[in-house]
Amino acid sequence: MREAWLIFVKDIRQEFKTRYAVNAILLFAIVTLSAVSFAIGTFSAGLEILAALFWIILFFSSMSGLSHIFIREEEAQTADTLKLVARPLHIYLGKFLFNLLLLFVLEIILIPLFMGLMNFAVANLWLFILIVGIGSFGLAGGGTIVAAIISKASTKGALFTVLAFPILLPVLITGISATKTVTQAAAIAEVQGELQALFAYGVVIITAGILLFDYVWNE
Amino acid sequence: MKLIANNIVKRFGNHLVLKKINFEIETGMALAIVGHNGSGKTTLIKILANLIAPSRGSVEYRLSGGTRVPRERIFEHIGLVGPYLQLYQELSAQENLDFFARMRGLKNHRERIRDLMQIMGLQGREHDAVKTYSSGMQQRLKYVSALLHQPEVLLVDEPSSNLDEQGVETVYQLLKEQKQRGILIIATNDKQDLFLADHIIQVKPV
Repeated sequence: MREAWLIFVKDIRQEFKTRYAVNAILLFAIVTLSAVSFAIGTFSAGLEILAALFWIILFFSSMSGLSHIFIREEEAQTADTLKLVARPLHIYLGKFLFNLLLLFVLEIILIPLFMGLMNFAVANLWLFILIVGIGSFGLAGGGTIVAAIISKASTKGALFTVLAFPILLPVLITGISATKTVTQAAAIAEVQGELQALFAYGVVIITAGILLFDYVWNE
Repeated sequence: MKLIANNIVKRFGNHLVLKKINFEIETGMALAIVGHNGSGKTTLIKILANLIAPSRGSVEYRLSGGTRVPRERIFEHIGLVGPYLQLYQELSAQENLDFFARMRGLKNHRERIRDLMQIMGLQGREHDAVKTYSSGMQQRLKYVSALLHQPEVLLVDEPSSNLDEQGVETVYQLLKEQKQRGILIIATNDKQDLFLADHIIQVKPV
């Protein structure tokens, strides 16, 4: 795990100097949120619609930044350099941690902005944050393995969303369902099923990523 | 350490690049791979470094006791310098080298970095971003990075590319030392580099 941590820290250091991924996802989130906010305008959208809009904005904003972690290595011709000092397992875990951090940064900005601009209220804020947090593990786990797959393709950006969408659809559907519930109910028991599903999906996709990454990365 | 190439064949689609490459080399020896542009020298170096897999055949790294090094641990025993192998441009030389040294679990690596930076004539530029280095300086830095962990096998693709006369002399000295300590494999078009080699294999376009 020490090696995974070192890769994670190296990526943060690189990101701190370029701010490419963080700028991409935050700008995408703010522009989309503004567009949705203007489009809805004076109409009062129901909480169910708002729950779906929140996850759609979160999903597509993350799509604009999560792939960068491997595209950067391929385009800068540092992928082979990394292969010479690290095992695939450590690379996957390091990159997963970075994408998870990126998602948390996005959520810290997006959640208050969305709640403020869209008049979105939840019965239990901490439960809502827990749902988004657990969902982030699935988004980051799936996003990381898809990013590794598309980094070797010529049409990287477009391919990432197309490939990631069906893989990450369970997170989107379960997240929307849990968020809808939490706008009405404050008890954790009300969303226990969705939380378990999000957690299970996260475990499955991260395990699959670890198992598949060696093949994706080395050929 | 012994490096054995068994019947290496490499195809990219229908294009056959390498056809049945065989050799065996051990500590204290140097091998030069020569051939025209596009003959497959770089492909062979990448296969030996375990960066790409051969279509057929195998590469074996054997320790002095005869134990075969598992594929996923080959990187611990090799250093590679090549034009296609870049360092992290946004980071400083020191940050790059610290990262590589820590990844390889080296102890007292700061001292080793300082010594190698001095040998390569890069002292005083440690904290500059790699993107501010000239191509020759980047080539020197690649040698520092490849030699940090004193690899048993050093693979060098075009040893003297981008280097000035003094840089070439320094690199030749380092490569001679590597040959005494372990295995040296160079891929080159420059006849001047061949004095380093005990054995030469020629790869030809198939």
